Amino acid sequence: MKTGDTLTLDAPEITRTVLALYAGASGDHNPVHIDSDACREVGIPDVFAHGMLSMAYLGRLLTDWVPQRRIRSYEVRFSAITPVHAKPRCTGTVSRVEDGLAHLDLTISLPDGTVTLVGSAVVLAN
Amino acid sequence: MPIDPAVIGSRSPQHSQEVERGRLRFFAHATGQADPVHTDLEAAKAAGHRDLPVPPTFLFCLDMDNPRRGDFLAGLGVDVRTVLHGGQKFEYHAQAYAGDTLTFATEVVDVYAKRGGALEFIVRATEVTRDGELIATLTGTIVVRDPKAAA
Repeated sequence: MKTGDTLTLDAPEITRTVLALYAGASGDHNPVHIDSDACREVGIPDVFAHGMLSMAYLGRLLTDWVPQRRIRSYEVRFSAITPVHAKPRCTGTVSRVEDGLAHLDLTISLPDGTVTLVGSAVVLAN
Repeated sequence: MPIDPAVIGSRSPQHSQEVERGRLRFFAHATGQADPVHTDLEAAKAAGHRDLPVPPTFLFCLDMDNPRRGDFLAGLGVDVRTVLHGGQKFEYHAQAYAGDTLTFATEVVDVYAKRGGALEFIVRATEVTRDGELIATLTGTIVVRDPKAAA
């Protein structure tokens, strides 16, 4: 891995089915992700994606890139919600390599330019 | 409602979860993971794993399986509908696998406010161990929005 290396992963469209499956698989049954009626009752216009679903897609990008045992740390900050029907694009870029560790900058953005997540990871460079 | 900083240092009762192969296959399906290492035991073993590997963020899901997970916010008087997940960090020390029983121990490490109290942040760290060996540390930030405070 060297500075400037980049990998992208296009997540599927975040349909209601995707959200229902992730709710079941993750164990996060918060109704704001799966129940539009419950959303409207508290003034939220519609369901939106679990932040951890975005983090799971970005985790796939990492494990597509390096064997999982090389990942030392992985962190994100959620900067905007991901609405239903969004198509997130995950991007990772090597910002520097030193002492055998590659430092990656991570983002997820939507086609309209909204950045929903920014993060970083440290992986063994080889 | 301001969150009392005295909660810093408090610990939730620990809990243990068994990692199930079927659940990992369901998680792979739900996250679009097509690599058979995550679903096929033979493929996992061919890749050097002793069983299906726990993917990077699934430890968070196992921690959510805590049957008392709602107690923490309820004890603070926080309505879950006012809460957002602000950030999440994982530090990995060893790979976890299907068949492992993992223990989760959580401590509140910070509480702070922004925007004059309209947003309050609670930071919790969770140590994940397997037979006493530290597997990973999860650090999660949750944001509590005060609907009555000026944003």
